[in-house]
Amino acid sequence: MFASLASILRNDRATSVFLLLLTVVTVLASLANLLFPEGSALHVSTYTLGLLGKYMTYALLAVAVDLIWGYCGILSLGHTAFFALGGYAMGMYLMRQIGNRGVYGDPVLPDFMVFLNWDTLPWYWHGFDMFWFAALMVLVAPAILAFVFGWLAFRSRVTGVYFSIITQALTYALLLAFFRNEMGFGGNNGLTDFKDLLGFDLQANTTRVALFISSAVALAAGVIACRFIISSRFGRVIQAIRDSESRTRFIGYRVDNYKLWLFVFSAMLAGIAGALYVPQVGIINPGEFAPINSIEAVVWVAVGGRGTLYGAVIGAFLVNYAKTYFTIALPEIWLYALGGLFVISTLFLPQGVVGLMNKVMQRKQEARV
Amino acid sequence: MKLPNALEKFADREHVFDFVNTGTQGPKVDISHNVILYLEDISVSFDGFKALNDLTMYIGAGELRCIIGPNGAGKTTMMDVITGKTRPDTGTAWFGQSINLLQKSEPEIAEAGIGRKFQKPTVFQMHSVFENLELAMAGNKSVWTTLFARMTPMQLERINEVMEIIGLQEHQHALAGSLSHGQKQWLEIGMLLMQNPTLLLVDEPVAGMTPQETERTAELLVSLAGKHSVVVVEHDMDFVRSIARTVTVLHEGSVLAEGPIDVVQNDPRVIEVYLGE
Repeated sequence: MFASLASILRNDRATSVFLLLLTVVTVLASLANLLFPEGSALHVSTYTLGLLGKYMTYALLAVAVDLIWGYCGILSLGHTAFFALGGYAMGMYLMRQIGNRGVYGDPVLPDFMVFLNWDTLPWYWHGFDMFWFAALMVLVAPAILAFVFGWLAFRSRVTGVYFSIITQALTYALLLAFFRNEMGFGGNNGLTDFKDLLGFDLQANTTRVALFISSAVALAAGVIACRFIISSRFGRVIQAIRDSESRTRFIGYRVDNYKLWLFVFSAMLAGIAGALYVPQVGIINPGEFAPINSIEAVVWVAVGGRGTLYGAVIGAFLVNYAKTYFTIALPEIWLYALGGLFVISTLFLPQGVVGLMNKVMQRKQEARV
Repeated sequence: MKLPNALEKFADREHVFDFVNTGTQGPKVDISHNVILYLEDISVSFDGFKALNDLTMYIGAGELRCIIGPNGAGKTTMMDVITGKTRPDTGTAWFGQSINLLQKSEPEIAEAGIGRKFQKPTVFQMHSVFENLELAMAGNKSVWTTLFARMTPMQLERINEVMEIIGLQEHQHALAGSLSHGQKQWLEIGMLLMQNPTLLLVDEPVAGMTPQETERTAELLVSLAGKHSVVVVEHDMDFVRSIARTVTVLHEGSVLAEGPIDVVQNDPRVIEVYLGE
């Protein structure tokens, strides 16, 4: 792992710059929040920090989407399903952490179960009082879903737009399922009213900073892991699959296996992103499964520029910042702006913002020569 | 429906079970009878159109065989059957003595030692020449191995060797998409060589090549025969004459004539098929 990190820093300038930038922003923002008092010009508010942390989890989701779409041509329009599953696994742990501090004061059952007159904990809620188990489930739950779904889809050679459509159906089916009260995941309201994480108060400033830093670390680790995969021979195979699937098969690669494991890995990344997202926003509900969210994640990648990883991060930050801004300034037209952004980026920026930057850099270099 | 079929297969006296053959299974193809490919009574139909009609053909070990025939004669379909892309309705296809091609998937067939060059050059455009050859290299192609694979000196040597054979050494870092048409064809042949196949299927190797390129390709293919068995599908009769020892003429999905090029060219049936009614 360290050897591969060293080789990335040596050979891959763009990723090194990105990692450096991420480190600088994370360290400065955290320090500015902790060291300077509120009201100081240099103070970064906890709200801003939370927002940045949230963007970082979105960015990790975008990286997961870019890994399979940009490098292997698998357009998943259901990737937030894995994000939400990771989020629910974390949410269940946070619910169990509430203990008897809930509205009904039941030492074991979360409030919504007491409200539904349940008297015992459903079997799948056992174990979530332990952090290590929940953390494992953050990875395992999305991985299992991705494995089963991917195994069926890739083995039957479902590709292209058909694959995209059934991933939409998948996430929509999960949305409907999680809406149901008898599923035992809080139904419509989802899981909320979290109190603490690993014994630290979620409202405390230091906890927020720790979560923000964790998100940044997860994002950096995700990008490094993806880089490692892409620069291996495995990475060249998946790009070959993207460009010519049947040719790759004739050379003797079991294309289905390659796609499957890449898909599972990507789902796990999305799960981690979801798990970090939930404690920062304080709620997880079935709305996270909405098909539109998955499409949005694809828009981030398209806007940033696919097939570069850091482009996905840029896209996630840009679009979400625009979303935060527009939903406050012009709440009615936000959806039109999103649609317009997608149309404009496909028409005029086929390589996204990253492609535009590269073009400008090239022009500058040519001008200098 | 499934079960009686399976039972029937089980009861079939001709059926050779895999476990009987364990000694001969594996990557090495058994050519103890000097025949590398058996195609017998193969029929394929697409929506009623018979692309192959009781095709029977044998390819000898180390042989260089040319297959000619007018459009729609079933040349490409035959390649598809051999490589596992198309399953025939009837017939048998054996690779050497022990490998039943009809029970193998495309990657398994490639692994067993059958390599194919397509009609249109389909190199990986976004990969460099070097990477194209690396991808095609014979070896363990499972997910975990490729994830942690390191290039060994022997592999590097092999890639350099092949680049020399196909004459693309100066272009090793160029994207395959930027190569000329002839260079792509060679790269594709190089990829075929990297797989180290026992049997090479080459579909129209000189289409769109300049005369010089054609000549070099002919030399290349002739030099490969003997060590490998080579099957070439080609339209260009001059090219066929320059390389072929044995020629098979396909017509309407079955073999019309087979033999040395001079005999075949003077066969009245062949002349009729080629020069028309």
